[in-house]
Amino acid sequence: MDLIVESVSHSYGEVTALSDVSVTVRDGETLVLIGPSGCGKSTLLGIMGGVLAPSAGRILTRGRAPEGCLNPLTYVFQDFALLPWRTVEGNVMLALEHHPLSAAERRRRVAAVLDLTGLTDFASAFPKQLSGGMRQRVGIARAIVVRPAVLLLDEPLSALDAQTRELLMEEMIAIWTRERTTSVYVTHNLVEAIRLADRVLVLSRRPGRIKRMVEIGVPRPERAAPEHAAELARLHDELWSLIREEARLADREIQHA
Amino acid sequence: MPEPVPTRPQAAPPEGEARQRVLFRAGGFEPSAGRIAPWIAFAFILAGWQAASSSGILPALFMPSPAAVAAALWNQVTSGTLLMNIGYSVERIVWGWLIGSSLGLLLGFAMGMFSLARSVGLPIVSALFPVPKIALLPLLILWFGIGEPSKIAVIALGVFFPYIISTYTAVDGVPRNLIRMALSFGVPTGAIVRKIVLPGAMPGILAGFRITTSIALILLVAAEMIGARYGIGAFILAAGNLMQTDQLVAGVALLSILGLIIAFILGYLERWLLRWR
Repeated sequence: MDLIVESVSHSYGEVTALSDVSVTVRDGETLVLIGPSGCGKSTLLGIMGGVLAPSAGRILTRGRAPEGCLNPLTYVFQDFALLPWRTVEGNVMLALEHHPLSAAERRRRVAAVLDLTGLTDFASAFPKQLSGGMRQRVGIARAIVVRPAVLLLDEPLSALDAQTRELLMEEMIAIWTRERTTSVYVTHNLVEAIRLADRVLVLSRRPGRIKRMVEIGVPRPERAAPEHAAELARLHDELWSLIREEARLADREIQHA
Repeated sequence: MPEPVPTRPQAAPPEGEARQRVLFRAGGFEPSAGRIAPWIAFAFILAGWQAASSSGILPALFMPSPAAVAAALWNQVTSGTLLMNIGYSVERIVWGWLIGSSLGLLLGFAMGMFSLARSVGLPIVSALFPVPKIALLPLLILWFGIGEPSKIAVIALGVFFPYIISTYTAVDGVPRNLIRMALSFGVPTGAIVRKIVLPGAMPGILAGFRITTSIALILLVAAEMIGARYGIGAFILAAGNLMQTDQLVAGVALLSILGLIIAFILGYLERWLLRWR
């Protein structure tokens, strides 16, 4: 399923967060949104999934959701958004409880995604007992249990330490390759962008506008190979040169909130 | 061209110098409650009190000895009046608290969730909350008569307003991101209330339980002292009028026990309902 952003603008009161953004997320691709802090990338993601009403413009889908899809546009959150009073299994189950499935089918689906994310042994643990990485695995399990057409990930790794981030990135690549998920991934981390993206959409500072679309030509599974290192380093420098000055300005800005 | 920043001169390596130990200096400020100490202290206070009474320092007319209080209490048990007084009091407090808290819970939820209820309810609740509800007892007696309903109503009213406020605050404080998450998964409104708002507000609702039960106890005694024949409050007042201080103190001890039982139930509920914390 394609996800089409059609001339979307958004403002919070006086502050314009997004200005006339149009982009199409193609079926099966991973689109990464990067930009300096406060460029409206999370706002754009919220608008894409219909949890934020844009001031202008609209979001369209084209094509059919995959077989068995219960929630076409599904989020993974930066702060995990797990219910502290539910176990790992209960948190994943929450996404299924309001759908007309048999109890056995629900349990089967939950067990399958817990297995896929390596959480089977933690099924009856509460979120507070888990490390940040494990919590985000629960967030990912809850998202893929509904078989989304498009996964919307809002800085899913930025609350984690560097090592956990590395591990989780590898797992996500494995899952995406397997499930062929379409996803939109917001981050401010260039390394993540280059490892995960098919295309990188660079947004400018407030008001967020499309600055450049950068294709990452190297197939995702081959990006660890040494022969591509130079090309990926070049892309990293290109992205950095696009946002460096803006990130510096954003950093020096006085918050209005 | 700007001046080069002067660098700090390299200090001589300290190898030859004497070593000094770094002492621990972050002690204190970590109080913890022991398990045996309170019982020992309690025993000491009782023993001191008994000694003061036995030696005549405390005149029995003003402050009876613990033994006398225990005897008075036992007397009441055997004569059956104790059970009857407790029965009246417990019935009033249970009904009053149940009515007041369930209505307060309902309205607090409405105010926590709906703009209309909030904009109408908040000023009204703020205006009525500070009124000491016992001041309404004469009016309630005019409405409901001198019997049980007026006492239950004053307790219910006293419980109702603080419970609205604590429920409303608790519902309002349920993390927005959890609700947003549920909305993004298409969870229907009723299920969001049941699965997210209610458990998320539970700590605040239980805190409201703690506040309102103590308010209910105060109002119970006050109402029973103003116009009741039976009940712990009436019992204490009657004992005071007859200068039977042993019975009076026995009645006060009873209130303490009642309060402890409520606190115990609450502690149990908290451990059970908030076991995820």
